[in-house]
Amino acid sequence: MSQPSPDTLQLTGSGRLRNFLTIDALPRSILEEILDTAASFVDVGDRSIKKVPLLRGKTVINLFFEPSTRTRTTFELAAKRLSADVLNMDIARSSTSKGETLMDMLRNLEAMSADMFVVRHGDSGAVDYIARHATPEVAIINAGDGRHAHPTQAMLDMYTIRHYKGGFAGLKVAIVGDILHSRVARSEIHALNILGAEEVRVVAPRTLLPADIDSLGAKVFTRLEDGLRDADVVIALRLQKERMSAALLPSESEFFRLYGLTNERLAVAHPDAIVMHPGPINRGVEIASEVADGPRAVILHQVTFGIAVRMAVMSLCMSGRETEREAAHAAAR
Amino acid sequence: MTDLSSTAIDARLARMADDLQQHLAARNITDPALVGIHTGGVWVAEELHRRLAQTGPLGTLDISFYRDDFSRRGLHPSVRPSALPFEVENAHIVLVDDVLMSGRTIRAALNLLFDYGRPASITLAVLFDIGRREMPFAADVCGEHLALAPDQRVELRGPAPLEAEILTLKA
Repeated sequence: MSQPSPDTLQLTGSGRLRNFLTIDALPRSILEEILDTAASFVDVGDRSIKKVPLLRGKTVINLFFEPSTRTRTTFELAAKRLSADVLNMDIARSSTSKGETLMDMLRNLEAMSADMFVVRHGDSGAVDYIARHATPEVAIINAGDGRHAHPTQAMLDMYTIRHYKGGFAGLKVAIVGDILHSRVARSEIHALNILGAEEVRVVAPRTLLPADIDSLGAKVFTRLEDGLRDADVVIALRLQKERMSAALLPSESEFFRLYGLTNERLAVAHPDAIVMHPGPINRGVEIASEVADGPRAVILHQVTFGIAVRMAVMSLCMSGRETEREAAHAAAR
Repeated sequence: MTDLSSTAIDARLARMADDLQQHLAARNITDPALVGIHTGGVWVAEELHRRLAQTGPLGTLDISFYRDDFSRRGLHPSVRPSALPFEVENAHIVLVDDVLMSGRTIRAALNLLFDYGRPASITLAVLFDIGRREMPFAADVCGEHLALAPDQRVELRGPAPLEAEILTLKA
């Protein structure tokens, strides 16, 4: 049986966003639409009533097969600021652990008239699988799957970069640290290339670089100073110790000595370089406190922008859905 | 035939400014805050702001997130941030749009304004009123009431010069 292509899985026949699963199959126009829409949501958090009525009456279910308080909270807040009803499913404690299959659980949730699933899963491709098998009535948003993709984190990082740098043309962006285990890095590399950054660099020890890194469109550096030279944006990644099945590093202190971001090391970057981190931070492992709390760091702004970007993605996935549904039914008749 | 040239629009705006001034004076409002609805309403609001020699900042609203047809028509492709650079709570707001038709845009704008605070009053000023009301809203100040055929719309072009055109919708 033929499977739908990533394009048809993510985009409707009229080119609108249907599901948000991965960045790499999306056109630049969709990424820009997400960023532009997010810009209009940023001020909602500053108002006396921090809500807009766009998803009023819709039900969003956060399906987190892997724990993540931070990401789940920002999705929950984004959905609530759009006036949706939100249900948080802690899958580790749900009936799947009592023997219910994933598909049974999906059918049950669909039967509760859910309009959107926000899914995080520890296995790469799991969210894609759910999107292929869920009813088309439900929009699926990937909140991180294995080492594969974390598209909303990448888009909030793109928003932050555009906010501080004005655009992507001519930018040199260095992504530093645990590239091997990072779904954020993969999604960021795709997004930066699609949006037209001049140079995307990855900086890591060879043991923390994926085998297919060359095919992703990033320039590889194994010495931190070389990778940071003249960089406009530096993105430090969290060392994902929980995902490491083997001893890929001599020690955390050794990693910090060679790859940890310090003010001294950042001296070779562009004087106006910003420093980002997807969080949570391992202070003294991938980044020094002096940098994380310093004037170059925009880490807390990433969190604020993250809510607006997730509001934008949720809105765009639901945009005109009734019309799309009617068109699909008409075509099926 | 209705004259929609820039000269005629200019004359309507002058009259609107006079009418608005009288309307506000009759209500003892000395410090109105003008708010235009994107896009045409902002152009008209800018003109009224200038003609009334207002010194306070001009507000702008994009009502895309408050439309009642989101699930059918989706988001407007070019949503712009709303900007209300003044305190809405207890303010005397003059809400400005280019065309009043069904009243649904005004309903959305009122919902949006109230999410910023509770104004003391809201005055509605529009350049054209083409009737076809579906909501109980009427303009306090209106440039002109236009009688159009059911398949016709009026569209304002701007920002400089401001001109309008009557469009006939395709069947």
